Amino acid sequence: MTESLAITRFSDLANPTRFLSLAGRIIPWLAGLTLCLFAIGLYLSFTTEGDYQQGETVRIMYVHVPAAWLSMMCYTVMALSAIGTLVWRHPLADVSHKAAAPLGAAFTLIALATGSLWGKPMWGTWWVWDARLTSVFVLFLMYLGLIALNRAMDDPSKAARLSAVLILVGFVNIPIIKFSVEWWNTLHQPASVVRLDGPTIDPEFLIPLLVMAVAFTFLFFTLHLMAMRNEIWRRRVGAQRRMAARMAGRGT
Amino acid sequence: MSHGFYIALSYGISALIVALLIAWVWWDGRARRRELAELEGSGIRRRSTATPKDNAA
Repeated sequence: MTESLAITRFSDLANPTRFLSLAGRIIPWLAGLTLCLFAIGLYLSFTTEGDYQQGETVRIMYVHVPAAWLSMMCYTVMALSAIGTLVWRHPLADVSHKAAAPLGAAFTLIALATGSLWGKPMWGTWWVWDARLTSVFVLFLMYLGLIALNRAMDDPSKAARLSAVLILVGFVNIPIIKFSVEWWNTLHQPASVVRLDGPTIDPEFLIPLLVMAVAFTFLFFTLHLMAMRNEIWRRRVGAQRRMAARMAGRGT
Repeated sequence: MSHGFYIALSYGISALIVALLIAWVWWDGRARRRELAELEGSGIRRRSTATPKDNAA
C-alpha cells in the first residue's frame, strides 16, 4: 500500500505539467542558495593561505576541481536518465539527458581551460596527451557529439533513444577518467580528496574546495531544472505548431 | 608571466563560461515562453489544457 502510494507520487512528479509547476517553485530557492554558496566559496578561495609549494596558483584548484567533478557527475546524471529513456521510455528522462549535455560540455570546457592554465606555471606546459587529460578531452568531444545528434534529428523521441544508447556506451569513459591517474603513469596528480583512506589535502584548502564544489553542484541542478523546463516548453511549442498546421490544412 | 595572471585568467574564463551558460538558458526559456504565449493568444491550445477536467486539475 505504502509502496504503491510512493510509486503514484513519483509518477505524479514525473508528469511534465507537475514537473513544470514544481520546477517553478524550486528554481528561485536553488538559485538563491547557489548565489550564497558562491559568495562564501569565493570569499574563502581568496582569503585562505597559499600552498607552500604551489604558492597562490593553488587558488585555481577551487574552480578547476569542482568543474572537473561536475563534468563527470553531469554525464552520470545523463546515464541514469538514459536508463529511464530505454527502460521506462519516460519523456522526462529524454528531456533530462538532452538538457544536461550543454551543461556538461560547459563544465568540461572550464575544467580543461583552468587545468591548462594551472598546468603551465606548475608543469611548465599547457597540455600533455596523458591519460587523464586525454580522457577528459574525449568526454568533451562526446558531449559535443550528443548535442549535435540531438540537434540533427527532428523526431525528439527517436533522437532520445539513439542518444541514450550512445550515452550508456560512452559511460565507460567515466571510470577511465577517475582511475586514469592510478592505472597509467600521468603528469596529472593522483586523487587527493575522494580516496578510500580519506582526503590527504590540508583542511585550509579542503574547506573552500568543498564549498565551491557544493556551489557548482547547486549551479548545475538549478540550470538543469531550467533547461529541462525550456525543453518541455520547446516540445509544447512544436506540438502546438503541428496542431496549427493540421488545422490550417483542414481549413483549405 | 606572473602567477596572478594564470589565476585571474582561470577565474575570468570560468566566470565568462558560466555567465554565457546562464544567459543562454535564461534567454532560451524567455523565447519559448513568448512562443507559447503567441500560440495560445492565436487560439492554438494543447488538448490537455482545453478540456475542463484538466483545467480544474
